[in-house]
Amino acid sequence: MDIITQFKENTALVSSVVHRVKTIEQALETAVSICKTTEISHCLTASENEASAPQGGEENQKTLAAHDLDAPSFKLLEDLCLQNEITLVTDNLRNHGNGIHVGVTFADFGIAETGTLVINSDSEEKRLTTMISDVHVAVLPVSNIRETALDMADELESLISKPSSYTAFITGPSRTADIERVLAIGVHGPLELHIVLLENHPPTPEPDRS
Amino acid sequence: MERSSKKGEPIKAYKQRIDTALDNEFLRGAMDRFALAYRESRKNAFAGMDVDKLIAQVAEIKKNATAQNKQLLEQFQEKAASNGIHVHVAATAQDANRIIAEIAKATDSKKIIKSKSMTAEETHLNPFLEKEGLEVTETDLGEWIVQLRHEGPSHMVMPAIHLSRFQVADLFSSVTGKLQDAGIEKLVKVARKELREKFLEADMGITGANFVIAGTGTIGIVTNEGNARLATTLPKVHVVLAGIDKLLPSLKDALTIAKVLPRNATGQRLTSYVTWITGPSQCTVVPSGKREMHIVLLDNGRSKIAADPDFAQILQCVRCGACANVCPVYRMVGGHQMGHIYIGAIGLITTYFFHGAENARNLVQNCTNCGACKTVCAAGIDLPRLIKEVHTLIQDKEGHPIKSLMLAKVLKSRKLFHGLLRAASLAQKPVTGNTQYLRHLPMIFFKEHNFKRLPAIAEVPFRDRWEAIQKDLKTAPSKPGTKSGTKPIRVAIFSGCVQDFVYPEQVEAGIKAMQSSGRDIVFEFPMGQSCCGLPAMMMGEKEAARDVAVQNITAFKNVKADYIVTLCASCASHLKHACPSLAEDILGEEAIKFADKVMPFSQFLHDIAGFPKGSTEQTNGPDASQPKDPKKITWHSPCHLCRGLGIKDAPKELIRHTGNTFVQAAEEETCCGFGGSFSANFPAVSREILTRKLDDAESTGAELLVTECPGCILQLRGGALSQNRKFKVIHLAELLAGEDK
Repeated sequence: MDIITQFKENTALVSSVVHRVKTIEQALETAVSICKTTEISHCLTASENEASAPQGGEENQKTLAAHDLDAPSFKLLEDLCLQNEITLVTDNLRNHGNGIHVGVTFADFGIAETGTLVINSDSEEKRLTTMISDVHVAVLPVSNIRETALDMADELESLISKPSSYTAFITGPSRTADIERVLAIGVHGPLELHIVLLENHPPTPEPDRS
Repeated sequence: MERSSKKGEPIKAYKQRIDTALDNEFLRGAMDRFALAYRESRKNAFAGMDVDKLIAQVAEIKKNATAQNKQLLEQFQEKAASNGIHVHVAATAQDANRIIAEIAKATDSKKIIKSKSMTAEETHLNPFLEKEGLEVTETDLGEWIVQLRHEGPSHMVMPAIHLSRFQVADLFSSVTGKLQDAGIEKLVKVARKELREKFLEADMGITGANFVIAGTGTIGIVTNEGNARLATTLPKVHVVLAGIDKLLPSLKDALTIAKVLPRNATGQRLTSYVTWITGPSQCTVVPSGKREMHIVLLDNGRSKIAADPDFAQILQCVRCGACANVCPVYRMVGGHQMGHIYIGAIGLITTYFFHGAENARNLVQNCTNCGACKTVCAAGIDLPRLIKEVHTLIQDKEGHPIKSLMLAKVLKSRKLFHGLLRAASLAQKPVTGNTQYLRHLPMIFFKEHNFKRLPAIAEVPFRDRWEAIQKDLKTAPSKPGTKSGTKPIRVAIFSGCVQDFVYPEQVEAGIKAMQSSGRDIVFEFPMGQSCCGLPAMMMGEKEAARDVAVQNITAFKNVKADYIVTLCASCASHLKHACPSLAEDILGEEAIKFADKVMPFSQFLHDIAGFPKGSTEQTNGPDASQPKDPKKITWHSPCHLCRGLGIKDAPKELIRHTGNTFVQAAEEETCCGFGGSFSANFPAVSREILTRKLDDAESTGAELLVTECPGCILQLRGGALSQNRKFKVIHLAELLAGEDK
């Protein structure tokens, strides 16, 4: 089995959804269409003591957060959001602590054996994008998929050995089995994880996009 | 007597708690489902992998890390400091708590959120911080639930496994002041919402760490819910509390452990999140742009343990909790009864070191020594043996109870021991009414021991029958199938006390079965043999166990034997694995030579005497012809046979070979609940484990339940009789000798 198929199969086992696209444009379109169609309602918007609830009166307004895009991609996303009446959030995610519909990030690596994403999350905005969004959409260049974590120990070590670095392995959405050992998805992190596999992308990840 | 000066829960109170747990139907059901589901999901998670090799790798990594703990600590301190982490080393739990309270004060932190940390449970951090006027909120769902209930976790990985969704719904209703539905998804969302607010307003986040990497100054945290990520991202201060046993040289070591840890803990290939933090990360709400990060590395006796040649291995533990997941006692009584702070087999051991003899005294006795924990331990720790070592340490320190002192005294002299057994054979007549069972238990037994019928001591022990048996063997005709010129196999029998004095007919049947194996066998029965010593170990009498080990090895020293065969799996496993280390100091090589020859009955027949093979040529074997009326037979695999000695298939093949129908029982390798003195100390737990076992046997529809250990037979046969089960319980030897009527 080739490594991409293996990655796909193993992500499915941990309730992640995989999409395959050819260009960054298509990746962003996928993210926006997920945002448009997602029916997940913020479980946090119903908050009565809404001190930090950002939605206010616009409860139906969809929000999408993205932080680590280059200028052309960002412009494209901005247009897409505008067309689809989605509010694009780019910073101060801390003020959106009660939730964002969709967060879009790039992933540095994929690990086929466990269906895992490796994401350099040094920047607080990027970190929060992967944490407080109801749906996390991660764009992963297929060329960055490795077989096992141990196979890529050197690459990982260079990621984590940088002072102040914050590296996340993400394998599926947030989950718990703490009540009666019944699996429940979405505790303190995203309720859904979508991985957009991107072909034709330069193989090495940019060192730091923050 | 020895308790009067020490604090700690009286054994009576402990047993009452156990009885309450056994009556808790929800707990029992939950534990049962968990035990079965865990095994399946663990198997799936490790599919296609060499589990033993992985475990050996983890053990090696942790062993080396323990040995170089001091250097790793220095290296980490230096590296972490250069990464901008404030490093603190706490000698005691008190120190750790005080340091963390001081950090809170210095950073003006009032509201604290915590992600799961067993180390913080160990130091009782929350009550300490609360006394300092700080608000501490656990954010792991299970931990939050037990915090709200003012309880401790009942499992290292699943803290609230003892509670039902309805209990959680009631709890959440009272916390939120709103009636909450008992749907699990909904309850999880209640926690998401309530705790998100806590995250957003927190000043400080406290986390544990699964890995502390010296080479890069990094900590690694393994979680599923995502709470540790928020706790290390939203507040302006992050404090890590971790034991110094979490230190590792490199990321590679951590990645190797991460391959085993989640698979072993919850049957996941990887948890949702593994987070690697190398120093203070960006924090947009502090002037410096980076959060303040501290790590408190806790010693609390660990460096002393690391220096102990025997106990150092307990620092190899990666806190996966698997030892609890497979423990038959844990399954019956739950974590609050099977640990103090740390739960499961490792908890029985570490409680002594971290929380004192007074908290470990009762716990270390609550172990059947079935060895299930040892086979799943992610770090290859010899848990059952170390539990008994702790038992010995406690008794050496606090004084030995009369019961075990007497056993130790009696075992020192074989003549006295056997004399007492003979006397007991006569003394029991009034209670047996000349049947094979002790019908009316004497006063020394409590009512709760009545769950199984106890066998009577045999009128004539095996040792007194030996002379006559030997005579018969000598006059028996030589075998037609035996090639002339083949040397006979020399077998010395080790009967063990139960078969010698309670079930001598099993040894006789064993000789008969071996006789009909098609090979010429010369038998010996050295009279100087005594108890194998396992009962003494089980009662924490290591010196007595050493005494009998020496007696036994000496008894077999001058006997010409190719094999020392025993029909008791517990004796076999103890003689083979424990005796050498007990007696080597005194007898040297002799102890090893002795142990090498020890072999359980089924393995000898199957591998050496070749019983199942070539039966077609045989004319006088018990398996020579198909039985006219084949029986349905099921098998109970004694713990000390399948796990202690790794013999799993030989006995089943022998059963199949008799021409009867073999039917496999569910969980055939799960303990029967006997465990020697365990069943006397904790009869209620023993009874429940036994009942489950008998249910499994009965569901097969078998007429016979066969096993290979007189201890298991004592338990199973006694239980089957008093519960009016539909099957008989016999020893494999009795089946093979055609004495299964």
